[in-house]
Amino acid sequence: MAEYKYTPADFKSDQIVKWCPGCGDHAILNAVQRAMPEVADALDIPHHKFTFVSGIGCSSRFIYYMKTFGFHTIHGRANAIATGIKVANPDLSVWVCSGDGDSLAIGGNHFIHAIRRNIDLNLILFNNEIYGLTKGQYSPTTKLGKITKTSPVGTVEKPFNPGELVIGAKGTFYARTIDAEVMLTKDCLVAAAKHKGMAVVEALVNCVIFNDKTHAAFAADKATRTKNTITLKHGEKMLFGEGNSKGLVFEDMRLKVVTVGEDGYTLDDVLTHDAHCEDTTLHSMLAAMKYPEYPVAIGVIRDVKDEQVYDIKVQEQVEEQKAVSKIHSMDELLHSGETWTIE
Amino acid sequence: MENINAKEVKDVVIRFSGDSGDGMQLTGTLFSNTSALIGNGISTFPDYPAEIRAPQGTVAGVSGFQVHIGSGDVTNPGDYCDALVAMNPAALKANRKWLKPDATVIIDGDTLTEDNVKKAGFETLDPIAELGLEGYNVVISDITSMTKAALEGMGLDNKSVVKCKNMFALGICFYIYNQPEDYAKRYIDSKFGKKNPAVAEANKRAIDAGYNYAANTHQFANTYKVAAAPLEKGTYRSINGNVATAWGFIAASEKSGLPLFCGSYPITPATVILEELAKHKSLGVKTVQAEDEIAGICTSIGAAFAGNFAVTTTSGPGLSLKSEALGLAVMAELPLVVVDVQRGGPSTGLPTKTEQSDLMQALYGRNGECPVVVIAASSPSDCFHYAFMASKIAMEHMTPVILLTDGFIANGSEPWRIPAMTDYPTICPPIVNEAPAEGEFMPYKRGENLARGWAFPGKEGLEHRIGGLEKDHLKGSISYDPANHQEMTRTRAAKVAKVVEDVPALEVMGAQDADVLVVGWGGTKGHLQAAVSDLQAEGKSVAHLHFNYINPLPSNTEEMLSGHKHIVVCELNEGQFATYLRQNFQHLTFEQYNKTEGQPFTVVELKQKFNSLL
Repeated sequence: MAEYKYTPADFKSDQIVKWCPGCGDHAILNAVQRAMPEVADALDIPHHKFTFVSGIGCSSRFIYYMKTFGFHTIHGRANAIATGIKVANPDLSVWVCSGDGDSLAIGGNHFIHAIRRNIDLNLILFNNEIYGLTKGQYSPTTKLGKITKTSPVGTVEKPFNPGELVIGAKGTFYARTIDAEVMLTKDCLVAAAKHKGMAVVEALVNCVIFNDKTHAAFAADKATRTKNTITLKHGEKMLFGEGNSKGLVFEDMRLKVVTVGEDGYTLDDVLTHDAHCEDTTLHSMLAAMKYPEYPVAIGVIRDVKDEQVYDIKVQEQVEEQKAVSKIHSMDELLHSGETWTIE
Repeated sequence: MENINAKEVKDVVIRFSGDSGDGMQLTGTLFSNTSALIGNGISTFPDYPAEIRAPQGTVAGVSGFQVHIGSGDVTNPGDYCDALVAMNPAALKANRKWLKPDATVIIDGDTLTEDNVKKAGFETLDPIAELGLEGYNVVISDITSMTKAALEGMGLDNKSVVKCKNMFALGICFYIYNQPEDYAKRYIDSKFGKKNPAVAEANKRAIDAGYNYAANTHQFANTYKVAAAPLEKGTYRSINGNVATAWGFIAASEKSGLPLFCGSYPITPATVILEELAKHKSLGVKTVQAEDEIAGICTSIGAAFAGNFAVTTTSGPGLSLKSEALGLAVMAELPLVVVDVQRGGPSTGLPTKTEQSDLMQALYGRNGECPVVVIAASSPSDCFHYAFMASKIAMEHMTPVILLTDGFIANGSEPWRIPAMTDYPTICPPIVNEAPAEGEFMPYKRGENLARGWAFPGKEGLEHRIGGLEKDHLKGSISYDPANHQEMTRTRAAKVAKVVEDVPALEVMGAQDADVLVVGWGGTKGHLQAAVSDLQAEGKSVAHLHFNYINPLPSNTEEMLSGHKHIVVCELNEGQFATYLRQNFQHLTFEQYNKTEGQPFTVVELKQKFNSLL
């Protein structure tokens, strides 16, 4: 534990925040600025080693509001650019801010490959299920049938569930949060930072202008969230609802919502969350839970230790080769192999 | 092994050809490396199909490797060959057009079956007559069966035995051209010796068998000898353009003190650069084989932002995919070298064939006013020099640089006098290490050459944000101010224009007032030089001006282009450099000589063209 004692103000830039009033991104910015001092102390990362990278979209403006090193790049490519940054300098704490269009449509390839490589990046995936910056076209997470500017009679394509995509791409860390849950967001971000390898934090954010209340059915207010979401914590029972009266059990190869003490279900029947479990089965099921059949899972769903961290392995190979190779300079390389001399 | 009856010749061109699985590239490489080791000048030209194993025995599947060895300066792999080794009738058919009038043709007689002859597309069953080879020195040798006989009893399966037939053919050539077998044998030992000693032994035995067969048969009464070239004193090695490019970057990394990073995606004919860089982790090189071309350049841009010396490698279609990200590098003003090993286009085009048709794409192929430095290498070995210079300019001027090579120089090889790294300059990028004593750090504040400061993440007190949106001319924060955009647009152009101060002046080969000025750029240099010097030797008033720096053009370009009756711009495209020169020098008249056959120029056709102007 280091003691930098930074405050959120140390991470606030002098730029005026230009998101719409009521936009969910404000709350994420707030949570990030609160999380950074904690991350700095927990992982001994000084201020100048934080680097934020973003693509294009409303959420990608994020980096201008952070008083850190920042790179606002091009549409869809933030994960690829961040990969280069992290490989070039594994000492940096690299954070990617990207939206559902940026990471799941135009940047889908970089998204899955960054996850597959398990490079030590922290990705905050702002999911408002719409293209906001271009003023209201459907995205890869927009609900089926939704009427938008480019789907005037409703979409005819099924959305991605980002959590399933992360797990399908061999992801080692996946958390989900809701814009209004600032403290939960902060906790997820700190957990993401502590995770060695690619960490994806999906933030369900509201777009007040083009997709208002898209998450409202389970996220509208505190009472709704208590009823319709479940906050997962490693090692704790999967309970939710008023007074934790409800729980998740595993039955007939499926998850099932039960009321504790009813129909013969006791607390013992309720599942205990194991975020560290390598097997993806339950994590996939938890990530896939949709309201109203299930509560929507929030918190750290998957946090699995995996030694195969890309940037570390690349660095290790360089060190190993420096130790075993006979070639340590350009002159040595030039004279290696078959040469001949003319006198 | 020295044959006292060997006829001394100035130079000789040999073409090895067979099915793409016959190992012709290796055979040609071993022959040319042997020639290089005994001190000949060499130039090689691998000519292979895009298919890894096209249908056996068809013309589409023929893979060729031409090597030109000489006792003087060898500037190109030669137009036509003195000897053709054809491992099947299809190879004979595909290469008939490359034979010199008195050429020796060695063909594997075992392959002259009705089936094979038909498969190769011959109308009759007599390919020799059908191709009109009566006047040539055609030697039909049963290479396959003789290889089998030589390797009998070694306990190898038939497939492994037949695979050695290329080495038998190599042995024949070693005899005819009085070359030692030891280099090839050493190579075979190092390649297979440990893993598969029996295969190594078989290959070596096949070389001997081919050599002895050639010595005993009367069909090769004449043997030839090419004396060592009077090369400059020094230590030499053989190098191809792709390896030289990779090494130029490693050298630049060493001279700048910054680790080398290469994000790239495999694409023919550029892949070897990535493969080569991946081998040299001991020199601090990090490579990322990205998920696509876009991620290739984007990981490199990220690495440049983080303070590595970053490069990315590609070929034509890949450059198209990288265009948007290249614009970001221009906007962010980060150093980056993009190598485009040009191939026949458009679209997938001719992946394994050479062309110079990406020039306009390199100069202009991006959205917005988006200038970059464009440099072209002109021979396999000078890829090292130009890769180094591209890197130096990128880092010192904080700009992306496109380095153009092409399939011909990338795959071709030649002897190279190894330079000493002490002869290369230090590279001094404008790295900012400390926060200003007063006020905040201004990421877009510029030095004398208009390059901005390079402050990497991890440097205390220098936290700043950059991006693809137009930036304030000092702070780097987003600016939509009209006057600022105008200023930034012109500043980015002026910064690239200022690179001219680092560009060496052009030198013309020949008289400054020659009637015909032959202008070329990039990989055509060897052929143009050979054609022009031949004509100069005949007393013709012709000179050669060759460009390596395309944007910005050298400061004396106009002076060098002036004072000639004809300027003929020769390029392997339909006139892109000529168009560029016309745009820059509107009062001059440029004639064109263009070729888009996927093949290099021939010296013969060039001379014909120049003679027509004289």
